[in-house]
Amino acid sequence: MASQDRISTGGSSSESAEELPEPAPAAPAAQESAQTQGVDDLLDEIDGVLESNAEEFVRGFVQKGGQ
Amino acid sequence: MDTGGRREGSRAGLPPVGEGISVHRVMGTETEYGIIAPGAPSANPTLLASQVVNAYAATLREGLGNLAGTRWDYTDETPLTDARGFRMDRDRAHPSQLTDEPVELTAEQIALERGEPTEAAVLMNLVLNNGARLYVDHAHPEYSSPEVTNPLDAVLWDRAGDSVAVAAMERIAATPGFSPVILYKNNTDNKSVSYGSHENYLVPRSVPFSGLAEGLIPFFVSRQVICGAGRVGIGPLNQEPGFQISQRADFFENEIGLETTVRRPIINTRDEPHAVAEKYRRLHVIIGDANLHEVSNYLKTGTTALVLALIEQGLAPVPALEDPVGALQAISHDPSLRATVRLMDGRSLSGLDLQEVYCEAVTAALPPDADEQTRDVVERWQSLLTTLRRDPMDAARQVDWIAKLKVLEAYRQRDGLAWTDARLALVDLQYADLRPEKGIYQRLARRGDVELLVAAADVARAAVEPPRDTRAYFRGRCIAEYPAQVVGASWDSLIFELAGERRLQRVQTREPLRGTAELTAELFDAAADAEDFLARLLSGPDRRVAP
Repeated sequence: MASQDRISTGGSSSESAEELPEPAPAAPAAQESAQTQGVDDLLDEIDGVLESNAEEFVRGFVQKGGQ
Repeated sequence: MDTGGRREGSRAGLPPVGEGISVHRVMGTETEYGIIAPGAPSANPTLLASQVVNAYAATLREGLGNLAGTRWDYTDETPLTDARGFRMDRDRAHPSQLTDEPVELTAEQIALERGEPTEAAVLMNLVLNNGARLYVDHAHPEYSSPEVTNPLDAVLWDRAGDSVAVAAMERIAATPGFSPVILYKNNTDNKSVSYGSHENYLVPRSVPFSGLAEGLIPFFVSRQVICGAGRVGIGPLNQEPGFQISQRADFFENEIGLETTVRRPIINTRDEPHAVAEKYRRLHVIIGDANLHEVSNYLKTGTTALVLALIEQGLAPVPALEDPVGALQAISHDPSLRATVRLMDGRSLSGLDLQEVYCEAVTAALPPDADEQTRDVVERWQSLLTTLRRDPMDAARQVDWIAKLKVLEAYRQRDGLAWTDARLALVDLQYADLRPEKGIYQRLARRGDVELLVAAADVARAAVEPPRDTRAYFRGRCIAEYPAQVVGASWDSLIFELAGERRLQRVQTREPLRGTAELTAELFDAAADAEDFLARLLSGPDRRVAP
């Protein structure tokens, strides 16, 4: 709970055989490419769930005032 | 009646709640959820909100717990009483300020909306087994958490509210004839409208309100850097493209005031203690963003509790700002965290600098034997400020606005999107979508990209069980044990109706730290039924008041 700055190496791909050994501090270059890979994975995942017509969906989100 | 002894009873090893420099204090959160039904775009929002309440009630009826379609007891609500010592006239108040009147949605209105006849019983209010209130507030479903005594529990029972919201959504989606609704834990529709997430903190009445306002304004103006939820768009009408730190900043217009829906003030003066008025105030904080990140939520409530403690001890710094509302917006509009704001003493400080002023004052005042959670909040606060100074992007695992900005920047980079692109607005919106498969925050959490503080199993339990160390325990257990006899409830009362008795029995719960498991579990366990429970309660030393 106290340690906070773990770097994500692509999250939930734990089944992947090519996964880097968990706590080993990677070389800077490898770390960077792992991060890029992580971002690409993340965007792919979000692409898959984003509502299809962005403009229309956002326009349709109209709320009445609240507190 | 001696309350000093009650306080000590809370938990061994912890300081008494609300005394000394500590995060322990009676507190609670309120979330107004954004709501749409994409398949029924013209549906009345109040009707949609009532569907959420009724869907959750139906879920409860199916055996997850007992149901009390409990009337809210408005007797002690005083939304027009101002902490500065006066009352607003009812006829001068904005209609939305009259929160002590039940929302009216007539059966005819509902039938008209649905185009079908309907039975009259539409619930607009539920008091839950966990001591929370789930109800229709204006045009939004709102979850008001039970009273808790520390920031970690505040996070837990706030998350419980989100799981209640998810259960309601799922129920509606599974009900034939209903258009699925989506609930969002955000604070603006990014057109012109904002809705709140509020915090409440119990403060001794003896602390002068002016001191609270003075000490809190610079803190509230700057705390968004550690707990803002991020927003795509600048200005209340979203009139300029860009990203800003806070969902709510652009909707505030005043420093101090009674209103919550119009001319919103940084310090809200509503004096409605929901407790013994001579002893307590309830500080009603309306300036926070709704948080999904647990660490943001934990630090939001934890650091606020610490600053309140400083104020109570006369140890709070007062870095008075020249223009607090302008400063709030200037800090929000600069995610690089370098923008500075002018102080009355001529200095110019950034939002981070202001937070450091408070964090240092807390650190200096911290007793050497401070309890574990207090130390944890202070250490996280210090370490987060250091991280934010180095590179804000390094705090994406802890802070909502940074996690959101990171996703947005990744999209901008990959697809070359301008801030005006509708996909970025959609990412902003969908970040707060509470559906587990659709919500972007939900995805980040599942990927392990977010630091979590509470376990899913504890959240599930908190959705049906009250905290044990406040009066919420008494409320939740009354509702759970005697759903047929509890006909009304509020933060500070429960109303029983017993078969064969003409008069209702109103039991007051005006001491937030009474009615705990320690004080009342035995009574519940011993009572054979509601009659017996009330008989035992009313034969106690203090009739009509929860032990």
